[in-house]
Amino acid sequence: MQLFPCPFCGPRDETEFHYGGEAGNVRPEGANVSADFWANYLWFRANPTGPSREIWMHMTCGEFFVMTRDASTHVVADSSPNSGREP
Amino acid sequence: MSARRLDRGGSDIDRSRPLEFAFDGQKVDGFHGDTIASALLASNIRIVARSFKHHRPRGVWGAGVEEPNALVDVADLGRLTPNVRATVAPARPGLVARSVNASPTARADRYAFLDRFARFIPAGFYYKTFLWPNWRSYENRIRAMAGLGRVDPASVAGGRADQINAHCDLLVVGAGPAGLAAALQAGSAGASTILVDDGARPGGSLRHRAGVIDGAAAIDWAEAAVAELKRQGVEYLPSTTAFGVYDHNLVGLAQRRGEARPDTLWRVRARHVIVAAGAIERPLPFANNDLPGIMSADAALIYLRRYGVIVGERIVVATNNDSAYEVADALAEAGAAVTVIDSRANGRAGKLASDVRFGRRLTSARGRQVVEGAMLNDGATIAADCILVSGGWTPTVHLFCQARGKLAWRDELAAFAPAGPTSLLSVAGAAAGAISLADTLASGAKAAREFCGGAAPIPVSAGRENTLRIDPIWSSAERTDRVWIDYQSDVTAKDVELAARENFVSVEHLKRYTTLGMATDQGKTSNIGGLALMAEITGRQIAEVGTTTYRPPYAPTSFASLAGLRGGALMSPLKRLPLEAAHRARGAVFREYGGWLRPAYYGGGPGEPQIQEEARQARRSAAIFDASTLGKIEVVGPQAAEFVDFIYYNAMSTLRPGRCRYGLMLSESGIVFDDGVLARLGEDRFLVSCSSSHVGAVHARLEEWRQDRFDRKRLFIHNATSHLATVTVSGPRAKALLSELALRIDLDDSALPHMAVCDGDFQGGEMRVARVSFTGDRSYEISVPADRAEDLWMQLIELGKRFEAAVIGVEALMILRAEKGYIGIGKDTDGATMPHDLGMAGPRERRLDEYVGRRSLFTEEATRADRRQLVGLSVSAGEPPLATGAHGVEAVGSKQRSIGYVTSSYMSPTLGFPIALGLIERGASRRGEAVDIRHLGEMRRATIGAPCAFDLGGTRLNA
Repeated sequence: MQLFPCPFCGPRDETEFHYGGEAGNVRPEGANVSADFWANYLWFRANPTGPSREIWMHMTCGEFFVMTRDASTHVVADSSPNSGREP
Repeated sequence: MSARRLDRGGSDIDRSRPLEFAFDGQKVDGFHGDTIASALLASNIRIVARSFKHHRPRGVWGAGVEEPNALVDVADLGRLTPNVRATVAPARPGLVARSVNASPTARADRYAFLDRFARFIPAGFYYKTFLWPNWRSYENRIRAMAGLGRVDPASVAGGRADQINAHCDLLVVGAGPAGLAAALQAGSAGASTILVDDGARPGGSLRHRAGVIDGAAAIDWAEAAVAELKRQGVEYLPSTTAFGVYDHNLVGLAQRRGEARPDTLWRVRARHVIVAAGAIERPLPFANNDLPGIMSADAALIYLRRYGVIVGERIVVATNNDSAYEVADALAEAGAAVTVIDSRANGRAGKLASDVRFGRRLTSARGRQVVEGAMLNDGATIAADCILVSGGWTPTVHLFCQARGKLAWRDELAAFAPAGPTSLLSVAGAAAGAISLADTLASGAKAAREFCGGAAPIPVSAGRENTLRIDPIWSSAERTDRVWIDYQSDVTAKDVELAARENFVSVEHLKRYTTLGMATDQGKTSNIGGLALMAEITGRQIAEVGTTTYRPPYAPTSFASLAGLRGGALMSPLKRLPLEAAHRARGAVFREYGGWLRPAYYGGGPGEPQIQEEARQARRSAAIFDASTLGKIEVVGPQAAEFVDFIYYNAMSTLRPGRCRYGLMLSESGIVFDDGVLARLGEDRFLVSCSSSHVGAVHARLEEWRQDRFDRKRLFIHNATSHLATVTVSGPRAKALLSELALRIDLDDSALPHMAVCDGDFQGGEMRVARVSFTGDRSYEISVPADRAEDLWMQLIELGKRFEAAVIGVEALMILRAEKGYIGIGKDTDGATMPHDLGMAGPRERRLDEYVGRRSLFTEEATRADRRQLVGLSVSAGEPPLATGAHGVEAVGSKQRSIGYVTSSYMSPTLGFPIALGLIERGASRRGEAVDIRHLGEMRRATIGAPCAFDLGGTRLNA
């Protein structure tokens, strides 16, 4: 069981977390989003072997955050709050 | 008579406390402190089990967890535990042990004849032979003949297993010399330390190998060290096996509790782990090297010094290294006639009461049922009742390898040992390849110092140091006789050779093809022998062949301890209603609905008549229903209106305060995710109601979007589901009933029309009423704080009597909503349903702004003409309802193709005929057409219609 650092609560067992997908998957918007572009947003992921930037949710505090970890060695390099869209 | 208990000696037994237990129907005497195996040896019981495949007689090989042979099923205190290692399990008075894979007993096994056919049963035999007509037709009979212990379903664990979570700076695995030295160092440095050992008493090899540490006898030093550690606050866990290292140094420990209590699982999160798990002695290859009476030399010393048992009278000690000489000397001193057969030209000199023959090897063991003698490569034979072998030592690197440590082959050990520590785990002592006691103690102390410092002096050993000087002997491919490599899986050298011949030369293939190392002992004594043989056959070095992957658990771990409390009703605990006691008082029959325990119907009985009556009465007068499980999520803030527009498929910001609107939530792939009514409580305040079983998922999704694209300081989301209880009053007499209740609200339809919401007052506390209907009748959803729910409920029931109101359960509500064609998400929709499949195409056509899932509604898939669409399905009056899940079918040539299925189906008491909903291809354009419905081979006809079968004009909403 991995140990993940929630930026708000500190290190917790991975069972407290929910995977939210790869970070940086920007939602395409507007009138002319092609089917391929949209499919890319929905389904296609890099799924790297090695360093991976990921969105995780800490279910007990409800915060989504960005975690950088190695998908192969499971070493966590960094976790930081998700800034959201500030006005 | 050969093996026996001596009159004196045995550090682990208490001769003042004799005990008696049964093995294969035979009475066995022992002492408190004995293991089952030591007591069996003391009683000279040589054959303790039958081998897995060939039913060969087998005796005790070792004295610890590595034991491949002596497996027994143990019945004790009303509990049967299969496949227990007799070498580990304590003997207890009254315990009943039975050998595995033997019938009726290990001594007189009726399948013993199988061994005579052994040469026709090589590796892979069963899978190659029993192909026709298929493996399944033979499997049961073959499995009955081959196998290990039996499970008794009637015997359940005594109580639930405890589970403990712990954190520490340092976890030391093994309380032998290296582990104790490490723990003493860590304790002196003030590091929080847990010391775990699979033995009942501390010391490991110090309990039976001679030595002097800090001026004391080794065993006394070990006991004193543990006392000192306890003083320092180190947690010492005896009888506990560290069975697995998982991500980020989570270590699983199985603590044996005895007294038939289930094992306790410890989940220890350690900053650092030191593995000081020692090493395991290997067998030597010679013909019939599996006969009972052939044992590990080190195990024989353990039985002598810890249990006062001498394993034979005329003993041959076969060795290729120095470590067996202490064994030979001790047994000779205890009165056995000992002959040492040393494969090396020059053995170790020393005080030897025994006959030593250098440069000789064993070629075979003689004897039918048990060892009777040994034959040497010089043609000599020696009569013996016991052969002790020492083929070298395999460091116990399992935990290190599970933690992704890398191994290196070391010629001076003839074994793989850790190449170096990982960042989170280091290895010390014999597990790291140390041989002398001084090196072992130093490596333990050094490993701890590197992690946490510490200034305790390194324990000093005195006297002659251990040496190894191993000359490896591996099995050779030329042999034509039967040399066992893996005792427990019954794998011989010839099986390995066959695997090589059939090109299963990779170690992972070798393992799977021959089952080498795949038994419950996971090849602790056998893997290296198999690898070495494969190396020889394929002309490689052992280091090139490599090892198979080490995976947890190190030793068999009980499911009961892994499950802990998570079983039965606690496996997935149900959510309970605040009104549960009131429902029980009315005789509610409870069922699980989406994780909630809810009343299905009231009054007991078979169900269907009660359900039909509840649904009928609800339409006639009024229904009172506990709707507390309905999700209630508040969305608050200046961005709330923008947010709900984005979240919902339907435009919601146009809603006026005090009004409600039904809407769908989609996933980004355009699939209907949830439905429900959104209430606008104020300009900046909305209340999302969602499906009972879906609240958690909806809440998480709303949070995700809030944090991803909104200003989290201007938008808040709060799940108030458990805070509020909701009771629904529905039906033609609902308004009359409610007006009797003092709620201080204007119930007039001009003030509170259908799809309006208002706040009121119930007994001086907050209350909210919403005109929302899931029945198609005039309905009021009344929400109060959960602690007021019972008062509200009792008052409504009391008032309801005057109006002949029915209290209805979930089943009756399902009928009412299906009559109206109202959907249940996940019941009347599936993972492909989009909003326009439900007849709600409006927003898709009109909305131009962004909302979740929008783009997905315009893909090629979303615009197909043959999508499955929601329909009503009717059958003739007098026919029974359609089966839920039955498929609509159409003929394609001679075959049938599914065109959809029935999603909901009920008998409608109000209409007097069955009603059903379904998802059918092109359903919306096929109204009036007949469709074939197939269920379990039976064909019926149904007519496609609108989903709504009752009150088409919707006049009852305001009646």
